[in-house]
Amino acid sequence: MRPFVYERVNTPQAAVEAMAGVGAGSALQGPVQYLAGGTTLLDLMKLDVMRPEKVVDINALDATIFGRLEASRGGLRLGALARMADAAEHPAIRRDYPMIAQSLQLAASQQIRNMASLGGNVLQRTRCIYFRDVSYAPCNKRNPGSGCAALGGSIERTRCLA
Amino acid sequence: MATASSAAVPLFARASRSEAAPARVQPKSPRDPSVITLEVNGRDQRLTIDVRTTLLDALREHLGLTGTKKGCDHGQCGACTVLLDGRRVLSCLTLAVAAQGHRTTTIEGLSNGDGTLHPMQQAFVDHDAFQCGYCTPGQIMSAVACVNEGHAVSDEDIREYMSGNLCRCGAYPNIVAAVNQAKTLMKRQ
Repeated sequence: MRPFVYERVNTPQAAVEAMAGVGAGSALQGPVQYLAGGTTLLDLMKLDVMRPEKVVDINALDATIFGRLEASRGGLRLGALARMADAAEHPAIRRDYPMIAQSLQLAASQQIRNMASLGGNVLQRTRCIYFRDVSYAPCNKRNPGSGCAALGGSIERTRCLA
Repeated sequence: MATASSAAVPLFARASRSEAAPARVQPKSPRDPSVITLEVNGRDQRLTIDVRTTLLDALREHLGLTGTKKGCDHGQCGACTVLLDGRRVLSCLTLAVAAQGHRTTTIEGLSNGDGTLHPMQQAFVDHDAFQCGYCTPGQIMSAVACVNEGHAVSDEDIREYMSGNLCRCGAYPNIVAAVNQAKTLMKRQ
């Protein structure tokens, strides 16, 4: 893992400002990354696939609306910082949106579900073994245009679309 | 752009001030150590660590609490399971700096003050629920939380909700038996 600066933010405003000046482009290679559950980010940082210079811990925001699960007659609102486990066990979600509850329940492990945020769940990266192994240079997801190490191999059927 | 850490400045040289002071506060350098306080098993522990240190490594290498084990270091085996504010999490995927402000409980913190074992620990002994013992601290921490979550109602539940803890020795049937024994005793506590 490469060294980084660690910051905590307590307001949505501060979280947004942490990205000020960071150009649009591949979010994967961005120099500033948000840290919520960390189950994807730390995994990929240990593999040297993600190399942020600054990690912004946004977990304190789960005390705001962004961490809440709200079911009403109008519909279902899932805060991006709500944890997978809490959404999977939410009585209204289990009763009225069983597909959401069940698909969350079948994912990962309870430990991971306790840590992982719903927003991070959507932002998970591909599982391709070549993406996760930086000793393979060709990877259009890590380095756009470099090619795809999965082509022609036994896992070609399951490669990503990059 | 490079920010030299203070350790890089020779002691006998005057620190150079020729670089203009930054107009705004610079974030500290990535190589600066982080000074943190972790609450572990009810005690505050002050640590000076590399920012990259996981909670797992902080516990094992800096606090000497080697009960928690490193199995895969990537969140796939569950051997590193600890409780954070009573919830089971993977310490290998938690930064120590991020664990500040939370209560960490490890296997060392499970037994009673007088040395008697937690019902889950006793049940693991009673039911021969481990062979090599490497996955066992993670299994026990995970099992305690599993019961507290209400996920140990049936054998099927136990198998599903303990599926994040791998046991290469295959002690699984005995682990299920142990959880079944402990859960009745834990309710009474």
